[in-house]
Amino acid sequence: MKTKSERKFQLIGNIIMIIITACALIPLVLMAISSFTDNDVLVRNGYSFIPEKWSFFAYEYIFKSSSAVIHAYGISILLTAVGTVCSLVITTLLAYALSRTFLPGRNILTFIVFFTMLFNGGLVPTYINYTTVFGLKNTFWSLLIPSLLMNAFNVMLMKSYFMTGVPEEIMEAAYIDGASEYAAFGRIALPLAKPIVATVGLFVGIGYWNDWMNGYIYLTKRTDLYSIQNLLNRMIQNIQFLSQSAGSISNAQQGLANIPSVSVRMAMAVVGVLPIIVIYPFVQNNFVKGITLGGVKG
Amino acid sequence: MAAQVLSPEDKLRQKRKKKNLLHRSIPIYIMALPGLIYLFINNYMPMPGIVLAFKNYKAKKGIYGSAWAGLKNFKYLFSTTDAWVITRNTIGYNLVFIIVNTIAAIAVAIILSELTSKAKKFYQSAILLPFLLSAVIISYLVFAFLSADNGFINNTILKAMGHDPINWYAEPKYWPFILVFVNLWKGIGYSCIIYLATIISFDRSLYEAAAIDGATKWQQIRSITLPLLKPTVIMLTLMAVGRIFYSDFGLFYQVPQNSGALLPVTNTIDTYVYRGLLELGDITMSAAAGVYQSLVGFVLVLGANLLVRKLDPDSALF
Repeated sequence: MKTKSERKFQLIGNIIMIIITACALIPLVLMAISSFTDNDVLVRNGYSFIPEKWSFFAYEYIFKSSSAVIHAYGISILLTAVGTVCSLVITTLLAYALSRTFLPGRNILTFIVFFTMLFNGGLVPTYINYTTVFGLKNTFWSLLIPSLLMNAFNVMLMKSYFMTGVPEEIMEAAYIDGASEYAAFGRIALPLAKPIVATVGLFVGIGYWNDWMNGYIYLTKRTDLYSIQNLLNRMIQNIQFLSQSAGSISNAQQGLANIPSVSVRMAMAVVGVLPIIVIYPFVQNNFVKGITLGGVKG
Repeated sequence: MAAQVLSPEDKLRQKRKKKNLLHRSIPIYIMALPGLIYLFINNYMPMPGIVLAFKNYKAKKGIYGSAWAGLKNFKYLFSTTDAWVITRNTIGYNLVFIIVNTIAAIAVAIILSELTSKAKKFYQSAILLPFLLSAVIISYLVFAFLSADNGFINNTILKAMGHDPINWYAEPKYWPFILVFVNLWKGIGYSCIIYLATIISFDRSLYEAAAIDGATKWQQIRSITLPLLKPTVIMLTLMAVGRIFYSDFGLFYQVPQNSGALLPVTNTIDTYVYRGLLELGDITMSAAAGVYQSLVGFVLVLGANLLVRKLDPDSALF
């Protein structure tokens, strides 16, 4: 029994949402189409949704003759895998510890974690700390450790899940059966906390895959450690640098020889977002749940 | 009180409690250790480093060995026009972001909550997708539209309109709009989810009663949804205001591609600190700006939280 006003609302609402959805996706569509466009056409007509000539050259080039892309891709995969696992281990353990209400000093520990959300030393002291004290510059560790490995927000998110999602009675029953603290955690609490572990793992994994800042700051010489994001970043910077210093022709030509063509660049960007797009439909619900949990009780 | 009969479990529980609180606690402390060590390295060790801003930094002598400079670095920082520009940009953009994104996200959330079509789920997925893209990828997408030579806008839209091409990356006047748009494009899905979750939790019988009384959709939204949403909006806005001294480095650095011509409208405290440290080698100035951000940011977060706690203790961070 839909009323007339209801039908009108549904119609207008759908039209608005179709427009917004199109706005959200169009840039990605343009990127994908450009990567399949013939490079000469791209240079002549610019990026376009309806290319004059299609081509797979960019992808052939990437997978056949550009070892740099494959290499950077490997680094990104390794970084994301190692980073997510390490992060989940230390985050889960700390969150679980903070959820044990009997623990003496629990409030102090919680505050130590929480305070990092309120105040930080900032980029300069952090940079000096990692480069001079730990000598992280130009190592793989510099991609893995600074700022990404664990954050207080995820710890708090998990802690509250352990406290509300794992009933104390079940834990007590395990203790009475003679389970040690480790066994109670590993066999009871952890399996019950799977949903939040998956959600936090997703946040962390996407964070590692998308990070460019650590490589940008700490990898000054070891370009062989560049992740796909760093490689993409370096390329677009070179282009910008050339267009800003176009005065010197010989320099520009030298530089251009090292810069992949427009379509190859776009293909690389496509390859860079592909994992995100591929996993997105499967992880979306989990991701939305995480946002809701974190957003309502930040 | 009559003596209670203790069940065997209760007895065991009590015994356990008394006997080995410490014994129980040690494994828990061990579990907490790796995370705490990381926080120590990543967060606490750099904290005393803020004294760098009060020093005459010499790399050879290190942070703590360098001579004290008092407030000289701050005096110098605030005598430059940079201090004003980065403060204005950081706060100004954040304010506009908060207003624009909140209004847009609420509008979209309300529409989504009322739609009955199956496409609803698809709309929601699509608008969240940009949130998952890295700043580098976003800068590629923006470049595809704005590149002076190959860009879609110059080559297709402006050509069709008979307009001369615009050198986007050299024209500061367009960038406040571009940045607000890109930020909305990236962030709307995220805020929308939070508002949508809140709206879905509202009592549907209110709407049914209103519909029976002949209220139109618009009336229902205005007199039921919006008033009920108000507390959430206030909380989220206050939280965002607490973060107003921090900016999205990727948005302000990558998306304008670090273009010098755009600095007056793209330089924020975060990009200034970064440039001072790694591009200009002006570490003390950079550190001074960093301390300025940390301290004012700290006060703002505390203040915002204080207000939140007054309004709704459950939503407060602490």
